[in-house]
Amino acid sequence: MVKQARRLAFAIAVALLVGSGIAAAQQQPTSVNPTASAVKEEQLLRQLQSVQGRITIPDAKAAVLIQPGGRDWRDLHQVSLRWIGGIAILGMLGVLILFYMARGTIPISGQRSGRRVLRFGTFERFTHWLTAGCFIVLAVTGVNVTFGKALLMPLIGADAFAGWSQWSKYAHHYLAFPFMVGLILTFFMWVLDNIPTKLDVDWFRAGGGLVGKGHPPARKFNGGQKLIFWSVIMGGVALSVTGLLLIFPFAGTTIADMQLAQIVHGIVSVVLVAVMLAHIYIGTIGMEGAFDAMSSGEVDENWAREHHALWLEEERNKAPAGGQRAAGPAE
Amino acid sequence: MATRVKFLCDADRCIECNACVTACKNEHEVPWGINRRRVVTLNDGKPGERSISMACMHCTDAPCAAVCPVDCFYTTADAVVLHSKERCIGCGYCFYACPFGAPQYPRVGNFGSRGKMDKCTYCAGGPEADASQAEYANYGANRLAEGKLPICAEMCSTKALLAGDGQIIAEIYRERVLKRGYGSGAWGWKTAYKETIAV
Repeated sequence: MVKQARRLAFAIAVALLVGSGIAAAQQQPTSVNPTASAVKEEQLLRQLQSVQGRITIPDAKAAVLIQPGGRDWRDLHQVSLRWIGGIAILGMLGVLILFYMARGTIPISGQRSGRRVLRFGTFERFTHWLTAGCFIVLAVTGVNVTFGKALLMPLIGADAFAGWSQWSKYAHHYLAFPFMVGLILTFFMWVLDNIPTKLDVDWFRAGGGLVGKGHPPARKFNGGQKLIFWSVIMGGVALSVTGLLLIFPFAGTTIADMQLAQIVHGIVSVVLVAVMLAHIYIGTIGMEGAFDAMSSGEVDENWAREHHALWLEEERNKAPAGGQRAAGPAE
Repeated sequence: MATRVKFLCDADRCIECNACVTACKNEHEVPWGINRRRVVTLNDGKPGERSISMACMHCTDAPCAAVCPVDCFYTTADAVVLHSKERCIGCGYCFYACPFGAPQYPRVGNFGSRGKMDKCTYCAGGPEADASQAEYANYGANRLAEGKLPICAEMCSTKALLAGDGQIIAEIYRERVLKRGYGSGAWGWKTAYKETIAV
């Protein structure tokens, strides 16, 4: 009895609902919904990752109405890049400090002989320092963009920091070009000496003179130096390409391309800065006698025999009358 | 006035007359090549075409301010996002981060790259003294200091573009949608203010 009554009530309710629906539809049978085919923001954003239309002002890029991709870029720049950069740069510094504490300056084992051999000529040293000098300024001014606000600004104040950053930007833009020149010269100057060979595998297996005893034989450049060379070339090319894309905004690029270019530029640069810290370490306090090669260009013969035995032999054979090139007897 | 000002463009009313763009350029003497406000037409010439007037939305937790390497942005008590051209170095990062393409750069730098950034100030000037000559030269008129609303919204012939207290303009929009029975939504609100207008 109760069940039946419930069923009846339900049937009446359904009938009423259906009836009212029909009535509503009959009231406005020909009404036009002007928004039926209108674009919806959320739908566009889901489909296209950005909302783009047509614009009448002569600025085509302004036709992008909304690009939420900036949010991802913000995260990459403010969070990821800072972590990657911090780990790469501080991590490398930490490793180098620990290594120095453990190993100290690795001396020339047979003392200095007093006889000197020309390792890098004027042009080679000029190219090296052109690239290196530009790189140091580019690195400092570049790191400033990502870390300066957090590290330097609280120390010198916002206005002084803004002034310094403005000059940093100019330096970064202008010195990018001599850096690229140096990069191209470096490549053509040294590429033949930097082709990886079987020797490099043995060199790495023997610890490269950094770990373990003695120095495995090497020609003009050892495995480690070749690694530095190819890091500089490949990293430098990546930085040059992305840098050029960024220095000329919207020159064939969209905003998404520039966001990507900036992230690649940032990540490659902090990695390259870390690699260069290691390079600077080995070239200065890490190895006795190594810095001579890039300062005066002439290295001690014992150093050359230890680090680049095969190269020294080649130079000897090349030089006439068994003498050493550029090794003055007065020395 | 501890309100939270916002912009709202009612796309169902905007007729793409570009009066807001022109009024803005005129009011602030915005240089050639820079548009603080623009009108974008979606589905142009097709059924359901809509135009939306867009400028800086003065976001909550503004991405431009977060990524600026020299911290030149600040938010006023009315939640207007402004910046200092004194500090700006023209790096372009705010443009990468901005969802609305608001930051504009004069091409004055080396290699024709970016000069100091310019954007919509919500007619609220900049860090210089209100209504000073320096403020006008850098940022344009400071209508807010005079108790007026942004010129773009005041000029709007169809009252599509609304400016003012976020709650009040949201209420106006909600009433419109209820009355006419449709509305394509508050464009950009979700991205800018992390909320939208429920009708």
